[in-house]
Amino acid sequence: MDGMTPELKLEPKHYKSDVNPIWCPGCGHYGVQAAINRAFAELQLDPAKVVVVSGIGCSSRIPAYTTCYGFHGLHGRALPLAIGLKLARPDLTVLVAGGDGDGFSIGGNHFLHACRRNVDLTYVVMDNEVYGMTKGQPSPTTGPDWDSDLQPGGTGISAFRPLGVALQSGANFLARGFSGDLNGLTKLIVQGIKHPGFSFVHALSPCITFRPEEREWKNLTHSAGTDATSDFNEASRRLAEDDGLTTGPVYIGHRKPYAPSVAPLVDTKTDLSAIVAEFRI
Amino acid sequence: MTQFTTAADTVSVAITGSGGAGAITAGSLLLEAAGRAGWYGLMTRTVGPQIRGGEAAALVRLSRSPVAGHGDRFDVLIALDWRNVERFVAEIPLGPQSVALACEEAGEVPERIAASGALSLTAPFTKLAEDIRGARPNIIALGTAAALVGLPEQAMIETVAATLTDKGVSLDDTAQAIRAGFDIGLQLAGTHGAVAALKLPEDARANPSAERWMITGNQAAGLGALRGGIRFAALYPITPATDMLEWIAPRFNAVGGVLCQAEDEIAAVNMAIGASYGGVPSLTATSGPGLALKLESIGLSVAAEVPLVIFNVMRGGPSTGIPTKSEQTDLNVALYGLHGEAPHVVVAPLSVDDCIFTTQWAVHLAESLQTATFVLSDQFLGQAKAVIESPTEAHFATVRLKPTEPKAGVYKRYALTASGVSPMSVPGMPGGQYTADGLEHNERGTPSSQANDHHAQLDKRNNKLETFAYGDAWAEIDGDADAEIGLITWGSTTAPVREAMARARANGQKIRLVALRLLSPARPVQLAEALKGIKRLMVVEQSHSGQFLGYLRAHYDLPAPAHSLRHPGPLAIRPAEVCDVLSSWS
Repeated sequence: MDGMTPELKLEPKHYKSDVNPIWCPGCGHYGVQAAINRAFAELQLDPAKVVVVSGIGCSSRIPAYTTCYGFHGLHGRALPLAIGLKLARPDLTVLVAGGDGDGFSIGGNHFLHACRRNVDLTYVVMDNEVYGMTKGQPSPTTGPDWDSDLQPGGTGISAFRPLGVALQSGANFLARGFSGDLNGLTKLIVQGIKHPGFSFVHALSPCITFRPEEREWKNLTHSAGTDATSDFNEASRRLAEDDGLTTGPVYIGHRKPYAPSVAPLVDTKTDLSAIVAEFRI
Repeated sequence: MTQFTTAADTVSVAITGSGGAGAITAGSLLLEAAGRAGWYGLMTRTVGPQIRGGEAAALVRLSRSPVAGHGDRFDVLIALDWRNVERFVAEIPLGPQSVALACEEAGEVPERIAASGALSLTAPFTKLAEDIRGARPNIIALGTAAALVGLPEQAMIETVAATLTDKGVSLDDTAQAIRAGFDIGLQLAGTHGAVAALKLPEDARANPSAERWMITGNQAAGLGALRGGIRFAALYPITPATDMLEWIAPRFNAVGGVLCQAEDEIAAVNMAIGASYGGVPSLTATSGPGLALKLESIGLSVAAEVPLVIFNVMRGGPSTGIPTKSEQTDLNVALYGLHGEAPHVVVAPLSVDDCIFTTQWAVHLAESLQTATFVLSDQFLGQAKAVIESPTEAHFATVRLKPTEPKAGVYKRYALTASGVSPMSVPGMPGGQYTADGLEHNERGTPSSQANDHHAQLDKRNNKLETFAYGDAWAEIDGDADAEIGLITWGSTTAPVREAMARARANGQKIRLVALRLLSPARPVQLAEALKGIKRLMVVEQSHSGQFLGYLRAHYDLPAPAHSLRHPGPLAIRPAEVCDVLSSWS
């Protein structure tokens, strides 16, 4: 995207790199990738001023598939890395992407605190209720009865509810989309990027290799048909009644984003004489 | 080079008391008054794990010329009370020449103190404090301590007044309390030869008008970090590292910088990596248990070639270990803790004032080499407060190599260059887009599991460290060019080793000291040169298993069999331990 001129209209294809995804044919993540690229184009973001940060897993491969700056970091650690980046460089647009295991299991603590801290990021979790890269183990969002080689007969543990946890942890923008609903998901990601503070987009994204039954999500997902509420209790009520397949915006709060009062200055020539004087006796 | 003193030029004072008795306050004020009077010194503290109310001892050593560590024993122990003193009495060695001066109300002298042969005396600190408004026994005892070591009464009064007037105690009352204590000191010196001998003699080399700093090792490291250009820091609170960033936090507000208290150790190091990827020199601070948690992430900084400084203040280990006490035992984890083959830099400061230089250098190395750089300080250095000579500021031309006008599709973030360092673009730079990755990658940064890419990138990451010009800073070398006895050490044990060497050289022995500041990458050619002619070698470290000895054996061809002098913390290495071996070699 070198030599971009302001008059050139950016299209979704301008955000797609020449690296071929490792994803299986039919993977939901292609849809999420397309929605992210469309959202960037809709906002006409300069790819040189966007950073896509991820952890580890199938979905976390996404930074290299964009023409933006990217960081494919460690399993579960995308959020703190992105937070450090955004605090150091508030001028950048930072989008964090990953999967359900990465975000809610190994990275669970960071998820809670990212919701609390409310740094201006957008976090898109591609939830397929399975560990795909390691070939089919149950994830935190997998139901208790799903049979697998590692957990024959199921885990017996009830599934993690990402939106409910995010709401209780203080997240200010909550939405659920579906990879098969390109327009709907694009709209949510656009809203999330525009929303100041931490925006969480829960993107249902089927793994047709290890969870072929998730092909049915295209028939089972349904729009909430409501706008986001800014009422915490109303959002709690909606999420309590949620069947897990309802899409659309859920909650938009008005908490101020966390931003340090002083931005870091990359200037090693700063005068430190007043600080040095403190030590003289 | 700093000239360190021998025991005759110094006086060591331990002030002990149970929590709230004010032993640490008294020790700190004694050091400060000495600094104002034109002396030098340092104070370390030994405390139990209690947050409030535990036993505490201030260990103060004063001199008219610079002093970097503690001596063999304490000349005077002032006990505000004897409660729980047995918990750290092993860390306060006394001898028959020492004086143990206790508050009259303290009761019977503990057995181990009596067994040292120290002259046991008492003074009415508590009783006198009752009769003076605003006075407390520790301030009376401080006046006595000033008299014993020969500090001017007025210097002591002014220092205490500057602190206590903030707390509503008048100058007159302060002066009265100090004088009451001072008079006890003069009286004891008049009646006991051992007490009179505590007074620090005049020293012709002393220069009371020279500029002095009072600084802790963690503050010194903080200053070094700021000078190096660190403008982002993240941590999870941990003893004894937190106070380094507690010092930096308000100063970031003044110079432009962001400090983030993370939800855990792993978040902290990843925040620093993210900020550094964004172009801001970044640091995380921790201690042993936190370091263990950060290791995977530090490997990411090596693989993705993102500059990162890890400031680690060593404490007793393993596991939670002894959080409040010093040990040199994170060496192995810093050198070898990263999985896979992940070349990185490890440096260690050699004294409180060297924490400034070494931390600043660490930032320079991390930024220049685009890799992880560990600084291994320890609890002794970090929490020691010292009055030092005003240090000379180091200047480095620190540059993170950047591409000029990178072209999309052409720019190679991990280009194979002669130096191994590749120009690193920063988000915002048009055409410089790349994905930083912990996966092995090709020159463009695209993930690759191919043998040739892996081999080329391994070579690159190794070569940039091996071929860098580290200059003279890799070690401090001191002593006799024609010596046959060599001493090798690192970190905080440098002070007692240096002192032992000075004593042995005064007795006519020829000795050379090499104190390593750069531990990784190893400098075998330089060390071989530094040890030329050496026929007997002693390796000194504060560890149980001999980690430093093992490191030397693994990476260097030592010219002679090494005698290992070592023991674990919390007991300090004493100069006399080194001298004992040296005298058997004379």
